[in-house]
Amino acid sequence: MELELLTTTLARALAFGTPLLLAALGEVVAERAGVVNLGMEGMMMLGAVAGFMVAAATGSLPLALLASTLAGVAVAALHGVIATFLLANQFVSGLAITIGGVGLANLLGKEWVGKPLAAPMLPFDVPVLSGVPLLGPAFFTRQYALTYAALVLALVVWLVLFRSRVGLTLRTVGESPAAADAAGANVRRVRFLAVLVGGAMAGLAGAYLSLAYRPAWGENITNGMGWIALGLTILALWHPLRAVPAALLFGAFFTLSFRLQAVLPPELLTLLPYLVTVLALTLIAWRGGRGAVGAPEALGVPYRRGERE
Amino acid sequence: MPIRDVRARPAHWSGALHAPAPAQRTVCYLDRVRPPDDIPGVRSVPLISVRELTKRFPGVVANDSVSLDLLPGEVHALLGENGAGKTTLISMLYGLLQPDGGSIAMDAQRVTIKNPRHAMDLGIGLVAQHFNLARRHTVAENLAVGLRGTPFWRPTRALQKRAAELTERYGLEVRMHAQVAGLSPGERQRVEILKAVMQGARLLILDEPTSVLTPQEADALLRVVTDMRRDGRGILFISHKLGEVLRVADRITVLRGGKVVGRRVRGGAEASELARLMVGAPTATPQRLGIPPEGEPVLRVSGVWVRGRRGPALRGLDLAVRPGEVLGVAGVAGNGQSELAQVLTGLARPEKGSVTLAGADIGRLSPREVRKLGVAYIPEDRRAEGVAGTLSVAENLVLRQVRDKEFARGPVIDWRKAEAFAAAAVLRFDIRTPSLATAARTLSGGNVQKIVLARELSGRPTLVVASHPTYGLDVGSAALTHERLLAQRERGAAVVLISEDLDELRALSDTIVVLFAGRVAGTLPISEAITETGWERLGLLMGGGAAA
Repeated sequence: MELELLTTTLARALAFGTPLLLAALGEVVAERAGVVNLGMEGMMMLGAVAGFMVAAATGSLPLALLASTLAGVAVAALHGVIATFLLANQFVSGLAITIGGVGLANLLGKEWVGKPLAAPMLPFDVPVLSGVPLLGPAFFTRQYALTYAALVLALVVWLVLFRSRVGLTLRTVGESPAAADAAGANVRRVRFLAVLVGGAMAGLAGAYLSLAYRPAWGENITNGMGWIALGLTILALWHPLRAVPAALLFGAFFTLSFRLQAVLPPELLTLLPYLVTVLALTLIAWRGGRGAVGAPEALGVPYRRGERE
Repeated sequence: MPIRDVRARPAHWSGALHAPAPAQRTVCYLDRVRPPDDIPGVRSVPLISVRELTKRFPGVVANDSVSLDLLPGEVHALLGENGAGKTTLISMLYGLLQPDGGSIAMDAQRVTIKNPRHAMDLGIGLVAQHFNLARRHTVAENLAVGLRGTPFWRPTRALQKRAAELTERYGLEVRMHAQVAGLSPGERQRVEILKAVMQGARLLILDEPTSVLTPQEADALLRVVTDMRRDGRGILFISHKLGEVLRVADRITVLRGGKVVGRRVRGGAEASELARLMVGAPTATPQRLGIPPEGEPVLRVSGVWVRGRRGPALRGLDLAVRPGEVLGVAGVAGNGQSELAQVLTGLARPEKGSVTLAGADIGRLSPREVRKLGVAYIPEDRRAEGVAGTLSVAENLVLRQVRDKEFARGPVIDWRKAEAFAAAAVLRFDIRTPSLATAARTLSGGNVQKIVLARELSGRPTLVVASHPTYGLDVGSAALTHERLLAQRERGAAVVLISEDLDELRALSDTIVVLFAGRVAGTLPISEAITETGWERLGLLMGGGAAA
């Protein structure tokens, strides 16, 4: 039945899109403060392996989630120090973290490869809502708690960024650090904290993969999702709420690449997220200049007091 | 408007405009000035008083024992040319620089202003020439960022009422929900002023505030200044424009070479006198040149408009230069000099008007095409624009000619020939370099300039455009630069010499034009420029005091 195809595709898109959404929200926070974090993939991998190891050792999901988050924060702290205090090249630092993080995570997880988790996070049906026709099977049946946490997080990030004083300061730091500095904000501290928040979300994204989505350790479990999350950030125009449909769209590409294998080569569909991102960048460049949309103006630029732009 | 209005508001919104004064203190004045008598109840304790403030930079005393007072409800103008020390002084008042000597007191209490935030907390607001706003934020967001005591949620909503009151009170028309990127320079300036006032500025420093404004906007700004003065705020008005200074200032302090060279009060100043104070007395005896050439101009600029970074920079400029003539372009920086150099060298395109060189329209040509027609360019920023710093001396010397057939061997460069050319240039221009392979950026400013001169003047140019060619150079390099420019004049090139150094202009030029607000404010043949009255007139024209 076609309707069933639609609802299952949406359900899988949501499940696939969850780690993308979590990581992209983290990247939105960091980039809104002006710091590019190319280390997403590495942070996700380390979050995934930390969560998996703690879950395997203790059997406690809350402890495992905490471990994933802390792993993400710890690596982010490294990036934060390099990018905001040492004022080094953020792109090099992020790349190094991705390459090193993926390698380290694979090394740590070596003896667990192929072993399933005894007590993984289980999917559940949301009471009442799962009974709603169409929406029920699409969004409220057999999803994980982390999925809903991610959706709530999108709302929270939006509220904080665009409706609170803290968010205003953070965005000003990303747009015009000199103006924020003059207003009394501690530019480096704000940036550092934003990178930490981003790392925490990357860790959670990793946890979703190793604790819930595929609760058995496998090499390269994130499989490039960290990179796709970076594209997602751009496609969402650095906006946490727009990241939700964008994550669903990218999730749909993933699931369709399996479903349509008979019709289309799967490589083509897995390529789509990148193509869409390039297209989005092109459109931004076209419309740009007036500055209404696009990257934060000070994105990727270390801040030194007293330098004119 | 009664002052009570302002006082009634919470202190963190407006700053306490009239903090209670300690009972006993001695206040001394630099000159006998009464507080403006049209403001009832304003005490005569200076808002800020600066005593013998000194700031040294390597090789120069930027501020030499500068003293001044600013009373509440007073507009105090600081007049001076570029390099007179105005920016250094306000940087110290705003906590951006720490003085090497002297003191600052606010409300007769000695203060050390640590940083801009501290200055703001003391009630000092600065509206700088370069606006400090987040372009993609709305006006309201920009206002909210710097405010203390805004609520955690929706910080922009709480300030709307207060902003609306101030907007109305001072005529600071702004659109609260517009993005700053879409605002005109005038609107951005109003946002900056509003921001400073909302942060509680009792003393507002306006740094060259009208330089980015249209005449209408400038008029509106002067009215804002007058309104703020009436509310007991003090305004330090930095400018080099005589007309507006005479219009708004209660007191005028003139700076030159880092020193206070004159103080005048309202009504006791004349434009010509201020101009003389501002530019000082002529120092060098201008060396006489041959007779100014006659004949048809080779360069004609007519009715040229060029858009600068902040609105139109040239507004219908007309110039003509004959072969063998040095046209000196005087003026205070920012009146269109950079854009003039750019439009003559193909780096900027005129929006309107035409630029012709020997009959050819060069307004639409690329920089490379313009250069092929024989235009040599000695740029203002020699290290950034004049050389590629990491390339070698030899490479920099042939940058311009490297695509010529002479240096080509098939598709590749004939480096033997190129290096021979470079070696000859090093000798001819006395470039002091350890080797031809040395990176250009490691050389001194004088030697970098010699590289530029050697490269640019080697191709028998028709037109030489020289922008501040001796700025910051040692005496020897400056003399060599002058000599080479005059040599070009002798061989019949037209030379456009843009400079702020009036002595240099009078020594080299056949004719001097003064740029003001993107137009030629006046033209003086050298015979007039070297006289006493000509000197005074130059100063007046530079200050916009006698727009022709």
